[in-house]
Amino acid sequence: MSLSAPPPTGTPAMSSIDARTLGAASEFRAPTRPRGQLIELFRRRKILTVPLLVLAAFVAVGLSAPYLAPLSPTETALGMKLTPPAWLDGGVNERPLGTDQLGRDIASRIIHGARLSLLTTLAGIVLSGAVGTALGLLAGYYGAWVDAVVMRVADMTLAVHIYILAIVLAVVWGPGLKNVLLVTVFLLWSRYARQARAEVLSLKEREFVVAARALGVSAPRIMVRHLLPNILASLIVLSTLQVGFVIVLEATLSFLGAGIPPPNPSWGVMVADGRALIASAWWVSTLPGLAILLVVLSVNLVGDAIRDSLDPRLRRL
Amino acid sequence: MRRYLVSRIVQAIVTLWLLTLVAFVMARLSGNPLDVLLDARATEEDRAAMAQVLGLDRSLPVQYAIYLRDVATGDFGTSFKTRRSALSTVMERLPWTLELGTASFLVSVLIAVPIGVVTAVKRDTAIDIAGKVVALFGQSLPTFWLGLMLILLFAVTLGWLPAGGTGSLAHLVLPSITLGWFTVAGIMRLVRSAMLDTLGEEFVVTARAKGLAEPGVVWKHALRNAVIPPLTYAGVVFVALLAGAVVTETVFAWPGVGQLVIEAITFRDFPVIQIIFLLFGAMYIGMNLVVDLLYGWADPRIRLAEGARRR
Repeated sequence: MSLSAPPPTGTPAMSSIDARTLGAASEFRAPTRPRGQLIELFRRRKILTVPLLVLAAFVAVGLSAPYLAPLSPTETALGMKLTPPAWLDGGVNERPLGTDQLGRDIASRIIHGARLSLLTTLAGIVLSGAVGTALGLLAGYYGAWVDAVVMRVADMTLAVHIYILAIVLAVVWGPGLKNVLLVTVFLLWSRYARQARAEVLSLKEREFVVAARALGVSAPRIMVRHLLPNILASLIVLSTLQVGFVIVLEATLSFLGAGIPPPNPSWGVMVADGRALIASAWWVSTLPGLAILLVVLSVNLVGDAIRDSLDPRLRRL
Repeated sequence: MRRYLVSRIVQAIVTLWLLTLVAFVMARLSGNPLDVLLDARATEEDRAAMAQVLGLDRSLPVQYAIYLRDVATGDFGTSFKTRRSALSTVMERLPWTLELGTASFLVSVLIAVPIGVVTAVKRDTAIDIAGKVVALFGQSLPTFWLGLMLILLFAVTLGWLPAGGTGSLAHLVLPSITLGWFTVAGIMRLVRSAMLDTLGEEFVVTARAKGLAEPGVVWKHALRNAVIPPLTYAGVVFVALLAGAVVTETVFAWPGVGQLVIEAITFRDFPVIQIIFLLFGAMYIGMNLVVDLLYGWADPRIRLAEGARRR
């Protein structure tokens, strides 16, 4: 089969439908409307306020890090190295969370780390979403061999041992943001592609798409103007479920030396810095790890609630 | 069923073939092994001779074709580093990773199943939320950090368990908790969802109506039926644990395949990198094939839909 639109099905008496009806038809929405459900979810489950507040704080800290951090995240002060947090013996108030082995202020590094984590996560998810959605739209709309190729490549990327890929990339190019984003896209695009494909498969048989095609609207335009807006909501929900995963992935790659390189204040790098000091200066590794835990646990609690509320099988009960 | 079976198996083979392509490109990307094997005093002739020995003087497509033939016949080449069979180099380390993976799997199931059951029975109560938080902890704690914290608490502060290495059952405790906790949330979610379905079934209502004690209804009647969906995913979870072991092995100096990966990449040891990469990929593809076939066998709708789409 050639790369052409599948034949329209179920188009009775097309000639009797005038252009205005078709215009109205293209306004049809897919039946899944997660937005209303989400608002209801957050109203009903008051306990979700806590993780939501944590996430708001994370975003706020990330956005305002340069103004919020009392000190530079990379400036070393060997005279003050391994100062414990302020509440311990030997701690000073100017270094509330203590310092690492180079005398850098851990509080400032965690604050800047939030910014780094926020940026990496956003970029990783937007890139994966864009690549995956585009390929999913193509696969779902054209079907046939396009679908087969996209889905087999998707299967293949899932079978790739991601740490091996990441470490090889780090050896080839040196560690950096580029690798983290590449690995993230490699790992996540197929989730978007599957979701987009599945929804397009059912949407493309609906009247508004069939009508648009009958009117001679081009395939790219149908995909972007008619299909994409209808699947966007569910793709955004899917994205919220990936946030925690991407934060942990970035930290893990950075810990393995395959992600963001030192001296950047990535939370993963900070934990790795303190690894050898775990017996003598526990705070160097512990505190940045707590930051990851707090943010990711909050993301996952919210994501889990969203997942449950959108799963009709669970809602029924 | 036959059509479904064949199409799934063909798909798995195609996926595996694509994976060999990636493995090949990636290994070639990771640098020239001649730089590692020969020192700076090597002459051009030395390099050329070595390249010929290793087959690196041929064109890339030819190298790939040879590679593919070798892989198909089970010949994975010789490790550049140890000069021994790459396969046996990997197989020597695999038992360590399998040991860690099995222990982690047990830990994971032992935490996840009770939580899944209790959160389903006590749905939307404080217990439900507490149980979910414990499970979600595993997905929210970066493995490397959890490992360090366990070392800090149980090895450094309390001195109960060793901080790393091997030698006794005690050495296995911290690494398996570290690795196993990660998959708790996934298993728990499957168990919880299956339990919610099962608890609404008529035979559960009947069991209650008969006057059976509630624990018996939940833990015997309902759970026995609810473990089937999670069970089909056991293989996939196990493979995920083995792949995730790279980080845990790094933290605990565990001498498994994960450590070998890092050694092999540092040494540009192509054959070893490729074999590990393919091994994990093949296990993943194989386990997913098993899940698909189990579901196709159990649920006629799946294989019928597939057949209709193909036709």
